[in-house]
Amino acid sequence: MVLKKNIAVSDNGFLFNPTTGDSYSLNATGIEFLKLLQKGKQNDEIIAEISAEFEIDTITVEKDLNDFKSTLVRLKLAE
Amino acid sequence: METKKTYERPLIKPLNTGLMNKFGTRTDYATFPDIDGAPVADLLEKYGSPLFVYSENTIRKNFVDAKRTFETRYPKVQFAWSYKTCYLNAVCNIYHSEGSWGEVVSRFEYDKAIQNGVKPANIIFNGPHKSDDDLRMASKNGSLIHIDHFDELYKLHEIASELNIKPRVAIRVNMDVGIYPKWDRFGFNYENGQAWEAINKIIANGKLELVGLHTHIGTYIMVTSAYALAAKKMADLALSIKRQFNKTITYIDMGGGFASKNTLKGAYYPGTDTIPDISEYAEAITSTLLNAGFPHDELPYLYMETGRALIDNAGFMAGTVIANKRLSDGRSATIVDFGVNTLFTSFWYDHRVTHVEELGVHTEDTVLYGPLCMNIDVIRENIALPALRPGNHLVVHYVGAYNVTQSMQFISFRPAVVLIDTNGKPHLIRQQENLDIVQSHEVLPDYLNNK
Ligand SMILES: Cc1ncc(COP(=O)(O)O)c(C=O)c1O
Repeated sequence: MVLKKNIAVSDNGFLFNPTTGDSYSLNATGIEFLKLLQKGKQNDEIIAEISAEFEIDTITVEKDLNDFKSTLVRLKLAE
Repeated sequence: METKKTYERPLIKPLNTGLMNKFGTRTDYATFPDIDGAPVADLLEKYGSPLFVYSENTIRKNFVDAKRTFETRYPKVQFAWSYKTCYLNAVCNIYHSEGSWGEVVSRFEYDKAIQNGVKPANIIFNGPHKSDDDLRMASKNGSLIHIDHFDELYKLHEIASELNIKPRVAIRVNMDVGIYPKWDRFGFNYENGQAWEAINKIIANGKLELVGLHTHIGTYIMVTSAYALAAKKMADLALSIKRQFNKTITYIDMGGGFASKNTLKGAYYPGTDTIPDISEYAEAITSTLLNAGFPHDELPYLYMETGRALIDNAGFMAGTVIANKRLSDGRSATIVDFGVNTLFTSFWYDHRVTHVEELGVHTEDTVLYGPLCMNIDVIRENIALPALRPGNHLVVHYVGAYNVTQSMQFISFRPAVVLIDTNGKPHLIRQQENLDIVQSHEVLPDYLNNK
């Protein structure tokens, strides 16, 4: 999965896709996931960083990351 | 020790600018951690999940308010608890302790009312199916038998002769009150003269004591004017009886049917905004009766068999999130451990659902599925809920009417029911089913026993 290059996300979770003009809102965890993806991090790195930062087990993070990525693809924010 | 941040499932939600939420408001973001002071998570831990929870406070308050609402408008009012709405003995006994009689529609319910200590003379026996034995027993007991059809009327004439007693009866009347569907399958029709014919037969025959007139125009009636019209027709019948036969009817029973504040599926506005207050129904009925032309000392008693409106908001379904999943079209779905077999009103209502734990303010539109391996098992087709995780708890609101009595043992066991008393203390009032209970009525023929 590769995130579209030109999407912009603000600190308060407002995401804008200039190609389509669509905007989205993200919750705090969503922002963290997206920022790590924008940095080009791999799954295992993301899972490690999120579970270090948040009170959560790695399996849950893995499930949520997979779901989050498929949602980004569905919303055409990634391919 | 460094404390980590609270985790929430990552959410991303399209912002449809210009497209307002249907109600222009956000759905329930507030957590709902306890019912009358009893923490929901503790209740689920102790009694199992899912769990029906009733609030005694709310039941009593509903009843006291309704009673006052009617009694401040009309001098002679009597409520009879509609057993089928919720016939858990604990619940019935709360209503009885507040002075409510019993309204039953089967022998099973009748026997329950007797066991709950209701005086036989204070039991209203409705319904299209009363066996000969039921009619004999109710006649002997002096209960109020509401006749549904001519076959029953003739049968009662026979029973009265056979037992040499005078059963106390009323006829159930159905009528056009301008609403759809018209409930014309119960009782005798007003407009085509059937009701009058039944009255004539009873009075001419003389073996039955015609004490009242009964109607129940339907359920979840949102138009109060329908009650005014029904009360008018009932009063006309009673006054005609007086005129024609010089006989005074003791009571007019207006049945049940007031809507609870649930939101019907497909309704544009939530039920809390659109459903009439009980005082509006009361006003429609009582002002009609007061102005109908009864001599002051012959004003009939007003009996009410209100069910749903007295109990729906006192009942909750508490349960647990099992899993989240994504549907083929990308929609989010959540599976919970309570299904339509115990919450069949999900077919009618968009039930309000709240979460028990503190969760984030971001919501996601999700489908709420029950646990049954059946396509129809949908609790809500679309509801905005925070990012739920397996193990989170939910509370479904306004499920007190008809769900427990109509719940089915299907695929899983029926849940326990607890009552939170007026001090916030929970009491188990129905045990969760188990394999032994479910199989206790099965009989395995010897030749099929493979053990
Ligand atoms: C005869 C009779 N009385 C009372 C009720 C209670 O009605 P509700 O729950 O709509 O108030 C019913 C329910 O259908 C009924 O059939």
